[in-house]
Amino acid sequence: MIAPDFSILLYEGPGSQALGPDRRFEISAALLDRGYSVSRAGLGARLHAGQTALIVVGEFDHATAPNLEDAAGGITLTTCDITSLDPAAVTSLIERTRGGQPMNQPGLWKPWFPVIDYSRCTNCMQCLSFCLFDVYGVSQEGKLQVQNNDNCKTNCPACSRVCPEVAIMFPKYSSGPINGEPVSDTDVKREKMKVDISALLGGDLYARLRERSDDAKTRFSKERDASKALAERKKCLTKLMAEGMIPADVLASLPSPGEIQRRATEAAAKAEAALQGQQ
Amino acid sequence: MSDLVPPSPEPRLLYCRCAYAQVLPQDVKDGVLRHLCTSGQPFESVADLCEMSARRDPRLATLASSPLKIVACHPRAVKWLFHAAGAPIPDETPIVNLRSLTTEEACKTLT
Repeated sequence: MIAPDFSILLYEGPGSQALGPDRRFEISAALLDRGYSVSRAGLGARLHAGQTALIVVGEFDHATAPNLEDAAGGITLTTCDITSLDPAAVTSLIERTRGGQPMNQPGLWKPWFPVIDYSRCTNCMQCLSFCLFDVYGVSQEGKLQVQNNDNCKTNCPACSRVCPEVAIMFPKYSSGPINGEPVSDTDVKREKMKVDISALLGGDLYARLRERSDDAKTRFSKERDASKALAERKKCLTKLMAEGMIPADVLASLPSPGEIQRRATEAAAKAEAALQGQQ
Repeated sequence: MSDLVPPSPEPRLLYCRCAYAQVLPQDVKDGVLRHLCTSGQPFESVADLCEMSARRDPRLATLASSPLKIVACHPRAVKWLFHAAGAPIPDETPIVNLRSLTTEEACKTLT
């Protein structure tokens, strides 16, 4: 993930013309939709400058951008005159001004990762045990954390289904309570029921496979028939997919049975260690 | 440009465009942004709070360091997005939910 290291200020103070509501809206919307942060300061308003670089745009007197500098030296100021420029041209001007430095762009990447509601999380570590992609970890204080956002599979909210407390949100998800809507008692009951389903079909899949193995003595690592295990895993995960919990592309990108076994064992060990640390 | 001063104690409006996903109704987010642009009041706007939280943008901590009124989506999500970025906001921070309100309802909360 790449961050823009600046914000844009729509300046309408002394030495410039007021933009007017429509133009202000069109320019703001165009810049926001391109991924930029935009501040608007009216006459006499106080600007909260929280960034180290600021591009100040405005319709300056004589259509000439003034040279400005922060007297305190804390902020790098760049000015751009946007007189007579349409919103698309303003966006292009900003692109040129920032020198084409790489940044995230709407439409090319989706911020998809679990957000923990710690007012609900009981630190049970079910999510950590469940996730095969090392998204979750444990803090030095033994608290569950989202540690590797980038590992999360876009549009996959499956881990939220194994949370018995409905504490895992994906704000970009379409429906509640996963998207952050208030959690009702009905939600909690339903989610707990889904946990049971998940435990049967996916959450505790490895245990199920283990139980079904002929000798029932070993963990998944000693599954005698890897192809059978793979087939069973796919069957179970396909059921999860049918319920809308796992996107097809995530299913398609699942690692080999051996790798799943390794990751599941690792995750379970992390969870177990964290749980023991709580005691 | 000499008005780069410490933030006012008055809650500042922070508008989230949710530009990285289409989960906010376009007419509502456009209508509210237009309202803000028409009202003449200063405001901060960000392309997407989720995107900023995902990369722990330090600007979130700066924003959270003074009273805010946030115009975004579900309050539970917004609160914990800030927390996830290491920039917790007070529980009493007002959050206007553009996922559940109409444009008119949302704008009424801003006047």
